[in-house]
Amino acid sequence: MSLAQALFYLMGFIVVASALFVASTKNLVRSIFMFFITLFALAGLYVLALADFVAITQVVIYVGGILVLILFAFMLSGKETLNVLQQQKSKFISLNKLPAIVLAVLFFIVMVNVIGKINAGNLGWIKQVISAKAEIKPNDEMINNIGINLMTRYLLPFEAISILLLTALVGAAHLARKEGRA
Amino acid sequence: MISLTDFLMVSAALFCIGLYMIVSKHNAIQILIGIELMLNAAILNLVAFGKYDKIANGGQVFALFAIVLAAATTAVALAIILNVYKKYKTIDPGRINNLKD
Repeated sequence: MSLAQALFYLMGFIVVASALFVASTKNLVRSIFMFFITLFALAGLYVLALADFVAITQVVIYVGGILVLILFAFMLSGKETLNVLQQQKSKFISLNKLPAIVLAVLFFIVMVNVIGKINAGNLGWIKQVISAKAEIKPNDEMINNIGINLMTRYLLPFEAISILLLTALVGAAHLARKEGRA
Repeated sequence: MISLTDFLMVSAALFCIGLYMIVSKHNAIQILIGIELMLNAAILNLVAFGKYDKIANGGQVFALFAIVLAAATTAVALAIILNVYKKYKTIDPGRINNLKD
């Protein structure tokens, strides 16, 4: 087992375990901070998939932006939330969570079956790429290529996403304004 | 060499945890975290397949787009959550049960 593989299993374990903790804990603050660890470990997985630029973007946008936003929302609506959480302090797995657990586990079984059936390593185009030795190697520099592709091949989705971002920005500012001052 | 199946397994587990959070939580912020987990599962798949697309970089570029979309979604969702909290004094989606008037 190579070092990359060992690191992959370590990161994968951290991702799944911290996500499980996020889902199972009653304490909202702990769940938000464990989500932080999930996001960091996911960035590590992106690095292992040889997508360094996506990993950096993940750290900057998710950890730096989205998590801070979630913390803000928690602090601005926190007191009531904590009261609600205190009330439902009960058994470890309460009975009203059971349908959700069954749904998630069944869906997971279905997904595992599908993944086992398609056997992604043997798909036609992936085999072609591997036989041509054209997959991304660990010492390739992909950032130049990503920049060029972003401005040529993917220019239309890039512009569409910029318009959507502007719309979301204006919409969020409009939603969050004070009432009365039109 | 890490196989594609390993990435797909991690991503499937992450997706199911997100699904569980969305269905079972009584708190809009935790539901939002569940949505983010599901989005991250999708991004992990894009990145894992993007390794085999050296010329067009489809996977990585669309992973970047998905991250930007997630940021926009979160900003709008949090503005909505704050408004709902101002009006109802709770962010439990099960107890928000009347329209404007």
